[in-house]
Amino acid sequence: MKSLVLQTTTRLFEPLFLVFSLFLLLRGHHEPGGGFVGGLVAASAFVLRALAFDVASARRQLRIDPQRLIGIGLAVALASAFVSVGEGLPFMTGVWSGNVGTPLVFDAGVYVTVVGVVLTIVFGMAEET
Amino acid sequence: MTLLPALPIVIPLATAAMCLATAASRRVQRRLALAGSSAQLVASIALLATVRSEGIQVLEVGSWAPPFGISLVADLLSASMTVITAIIGLATVVYSLQSMDANRERFGYYAILQVLLMGVSGSFLTGDAFNLFVWFEVMLMSSFVLLALGGEQEQLEGALTYVTINLFSSALFLSGAALLYGAVGTLNLADAAERLRGGNVPVYIEGALAMLFLTCFGIKAAIFPLFFWLPGSYHTPPIAVTAVFAGLLTKVGVYALVRFFTLVFPGHGVDVHGILVWLAGFTMVTGVLGAAAQSDVRRILSFHIVSQIGYMVMGLALATPLALAGTVFYLIHHILVKTNLFFVSGIVARMQGGYELSRVGGFASKPVVAGLFLIPALSLAGIPPLSGFFAKLALVKAGIEIESYGIVAAALGTSLLTLYSMTKIWNEAFWKAVPDGIAAPRSAGGIGLMLLPSIVLASLTVAIGLGAGWLFALSIDASSQLLDPRAYVDAVLGSRR
Amino acid sequence: MAPILAIAIGALFGTGLYLMLRRSLVKLVLGLSFLAHGANLLIFGVGGLVEGHPPIVAEGETVLVPPYADPLPQALILTAIVISFAVTAFALVLVYRARESLGSDDLDDLGGTRT
Repeated sequence: MKSLVLQTTTRLFEPLFLVFSLFLLLRGHHEPGGGFVGGLVAASAFVLRALAFDVASARRQLRIDPQRLIGIGLAVALASAFVSVGEGLPFMTGVWSGNVGTPLVFDAGVYVTVVGVVLTIVFGMAEET
Repeated sequence: MTLLPALPIVIPLATAAMCLATAASRRVQRRLALAGSSAQLVASIALLATVRSEGIQVLEVGSWAPPFGISLVADLLSASMTVITAIIGLATVVYSLQSMDANRERFGYYAILQVLLMGVSGSFLTGDAFNLFVWFEVMLMSSFVLLALGGEQEQLEGALTYVTINLFSSALFLSGAALLYGAVGTLNLADAAERLRGGNVPVYIEGALAMLFLTCFGIKAAIFPLFFWLPGSYHTPPIAVTAVFAGLLTKVGVYALVRFFTLVFPGHGVDVHGILVWLAGFTMVTGVLGAAAQSDVRRILSFHIVSQIGYMVMGLALATPLALAGTVFYLIHHILVKTNLFFVSGIVARMQGGYELSRVGGFASKPVVAGLFLIPALSLAGIPPLSGFFAKLALVKAGIEIESYGIVAAALGTSLLTLYSMTKIWNEAFWKAVPDGIAAPRSAGGIGLMLLPSIVLASLTVAIGLGAGWLFALSIDASSQLLDPRAYVDAVLGSRR
Repeated sequence: MAPILAIAIGALFGTGLYLMLRRSLVKLVLGLSFLAHGANLLIFGVGGLVEGHPPIVAEGETVLVPPYADPLPQALILTAIVISFAVTAFALVLVYRARESLGSDDLDDLGGTRT
């Protein structure tokens, strides 16, 4: 199914999705939002591309294997959890310097992991059929 | 405590993340897995040593005070179980180096195995009912993938059974956790135990909760009459996967049963233990009878898992200090022995090409393999001086002390039938001449890395038997901790009460 | 409100179990999702139904002003939904693969693992 309307809209909306996902990630700091929804929105940008064009083109645009993203996201989130141990506080305690802290890093890790997991599942299923 | 109780969970996670993030070659992934599992073993032993010398360790994750945050709690039972998990993890990684095929390795077998180990350790260490659900799911998701990885038809059918029954049990667990929260307003196990003990919850609600948890953990632990999924799926994946499943997964269910029915529902309101005695007896007997009818080594061993679970539940049901110590001892002994038996059956299959008893034979000429089979097999049946003997001795003695002769008779009879089953495998695979049309067993050259973990586990079995006093002292201490939930509650809630 | 919720939960569990007992593989997966939804709704229900504010401390305040909704059930449900999302995706792929290799989606055609 190749629809010109969908393809054009996709080109237009993809950057918007990605920017909005970052907005959601940062907004999660004080208000509803966060890494999980942000990651879902970001992943939907690539899912949209996979629907409008094909999976190969979405994979090309992502540049990196989604399975690797899972690993990278987990590693980032995990690393943020260790910062507090260095300060003598229990594992995973938030460490803040001003308005920026380890919970943001953790959320960024979640964001990347969610993108990786969703795209691994969706791409895998789309290529199956 | 700032980190130690989290390490047995964090290390496998870090290993899996590194395997995935670097998309490394098979060789690098193997090394990462080896290094990660070794580090996990060291961390777990350190945790056990700390718990042994300083008492129950509690980590308030993220500095959130219980009961609001999630606590990781390591008492002697939890810590011993993480050590044994790490041992099995490392042994399985080594065994997989030569037994796993390249395709599965490329697909990320080692990363998924690490996630499985993380889920198992997490289940042992958490002190929160919902968190336990999450660890169960982590464990299940990775076991689903390990079970289905490769996608042979038999595997898919096994995976369907396994996935369905486990998701059903997860839904029950989730409902149980929800109702627990509704009844006592907390999910922290220590806090829930405290509030249930206060007696403000009507006994019928407590009973319904206990039955929900009994059913869902019973499915995971494969106790009678909820065991049918296990022999229907465990024989389908590659033997290294079966071995790690056989060793660890059902035991997480047993652990959850022990934790819930000593801490949260110690039997004030409802007589769970009276039900458990019957379930334990039926589990032993049906499991061992099921094994008698099978001719595939893996199926025989799978049915034996079921029957052995009966012994562990028996200790929990009798709930005397000696009986619970027997359960703890049995858990540790059984995980080592069962994993090793699957390892050996994998070696036999590799050297001759099959798991069907009619198609193997002549292994008596291979003294090393024969010895490796005999040690865990005799230990499973409970022949002195191997580890299984002392585990059964403790349980039987506990049964006689409180005059539960029925369950003692079932335990002894099952033990005899287990010996019969092991003799059957011995006669067919080892004593019998090589069957017509089947090649004689190849030499064990080139599978040294499959033999090594098996030798180590067999030595541990012998060592536990010869040095039973030490492990038994540990089990008695663990059991007295379990029977006195006050210490656990105090350690978690501390001065906050 | 609570009775309606209770009936809805019961209906979800009942439908889920009924679908799981059918022979079709697809209905099996649907049944499992229904069960998960039922359990999620149950968590929602036991959290207590109040007409209140979201559990977010208002600007200039230091504590929550009752009545507010219990935040914990929502966190639990979110977690459970994420898990059931992943599990359902896996189950669907598994069923698809099984249908491919079996050539049918009837559970009675499974035979290799019967014990």
